[in-house]
Amino acid sequence: MTIRGKAFIAGIYEHPLREIPDRSNSQIHAEVAAGALADAGLSLSDVDAYFCDASAGFGPISMADYLGLRLTHVDSTETGGSSYVVHVGHAAEAIAAGKCQVALITLAGRPRSAAMAGRPGGGGATPDMVFEGLWGMSGAVTGYAMAATRHMHEFGTTSAQLAEVKVAASLHAQHNPNAFLQEPMTVEEVLESPMISSPLRRDDCCVVTDGGGALIVVSPEVARDLSRVSAKVLGHGETVKHADNGRLDLTYTGAVVSGPRAFEEAGVTQADIDYVSIYDSFTITVVETLEDLGFCAKGEGGRFVLDGALVAPEGRLPFNTDGGGLCNNHPSNRGGITKVIEAVRQLRGEAHPAVQVRDCTIALAHGTGGSIGSRMGSSTLILGTEDA
Amino acid sequence: MSTTLPTPAPVSLPETDEFWAATAEGKLLLRRCDDCGIPIWYPRPFCPVCGSFRTSWSEASGRGTVYTFTVVHRSGIPGYREALPYVVAYVELAEGPRVMTNIVDCEPDEVVVGMPVRVVFHDTGKGSALYRFQPDPTATGDGS
Repeated sequence: MTIRGKAFIAGIYEHPLREIPDRSNSQIHAEVAAGALADAGLSLSDVDAYFCDASAGFGPISMADYLGLRLTHVDSTETGGSSYVVHVGHAAEAIAAGKCQVALITLAGRPRSAAMAGRPGGGGATPDMVFEGLWGMSGAVTGYAMAATRHMHEFGTTSAQLAEVKVAASLHAQHNPNAFLQEPMTVEEVLESPMISSPLRRDDCCVVTDGGGALIVVSPEVARDLSRVSAKVLGHGETVKHADNGRLDLTYTGAVVSGPRAFEEAGVTQADIDYVSIYDSFTITVVETLEDLGFCAKGEGGRFVLDGALVAPEGRLPFNTDGGGLCNNHPSNRGGITKVIEAVRQLRGEAHPAVQVRDCTIALAHGTGGSIGSRMGSSTLILGTEDA
Repeated sequence: MSTTLPTPAPVSLPETDEFWAATAEGKLLLRRCDDCGIPIWYPRPFCPVCGSFRTSWSEASGRGTVYTFTVVHRSGIPGYREALPYVVAYVELAEGPRVMTNIVDCEPDEVVVGMPVRVVFHDTGKGSALYRFQPDPTATGDGS
């Protein structure tokens, strides 16, 4: 694929000031964004992709939240001073591929004023972190627990239903000799584990493990010449779901945007999916994500996971057959790569025989980042066998 | 609650200096868009709904209801870990925004979704106060 002629730079803006002691970095990002959009004759509501470096906050999430952007593509590739040149290239590629139509790239920083003013936090702190850093949020679980409380309130979801997710993961993990937790659990055992942040108990949480993973993604030409069976990328979607100017709704995730785009690109429906890797930082993450991906109606996730629905190989929707983050592995507190790895194992027919889904030809892997309790990244990937 | 929560001082950014100064005087301010009128949260001099930079402060009623909450039983945060269990919540202000905070002045197991609450201020001793919320006995109805 070439990007020649597939993208154009339509607006530019250079901030007129050279010393800005009275504004945060976030505000400066907003000002230059408005300037470039005005130059191009576009508005913020036209923007569907955002690019920034690592200094803008929590990757691209902080500024997406600040600006109220509605995004289907984000990129915070950090390559020092060359970052913004890279971002133009990435934006062109994404546009050529149909991922977005209007990409916003911003840079802001106050090395002159921040050093002189000596403000605590300088320009590094973003308001979302300040306004949510005061209340005793004890790691990720606090936010996810608040999502679970609201989901239970609106839809009648129960702790026993959440526990079913852990039980299914544990039934898979018993076949994985590398899993951190290998003992099958019962719903009762999960419900007896200590409360961490109500309504989430210890066994509603993923494991904390060292380790990591890697993927090699290659062109069709390269793949064709390899003897090893590959998994075909069929579709992909991504977004940031944020606090929406204080109108946040904790009962859904960014999968409501990333999922449909992935399904559309892949040309498949939920009924075509043979296996799913669902990000499982906490049991509530799985329940909300299954709803948002359309495997059941909103609010029905708690009932959907009953009766062994997630248990391989015979369940209606076998999930996380490696034991997932809940039992197997959550390296570096990030479970995305293991989700893709297990989906590829299933498509190759190389999952453990006890959990291998028969005739697995289409699989879905979903990743979540940040917190469903405030603002988050979301990405959905649909993969198929070589002839899918 | 028998245990007092800590009062860490917020890092004030230039555009929130007025907000935090007001908390020290017992006022909860909301930034409001002068063009579309919507209350903005967290406070910023920019409207994420219509894109306007024309915004100004107004005082909030300080009343709202619990949108959701969690009772924290494990915490490694100094000050908070000595106050277990405590309640972290989102309170939906009467003006609309859902604001992260603590629920105080009641037992954690008394907190329910939809409970009416009103703001209280806990001084940080550094020119600001934390806006927390307590049950509001003067409210009528369940608020949900």
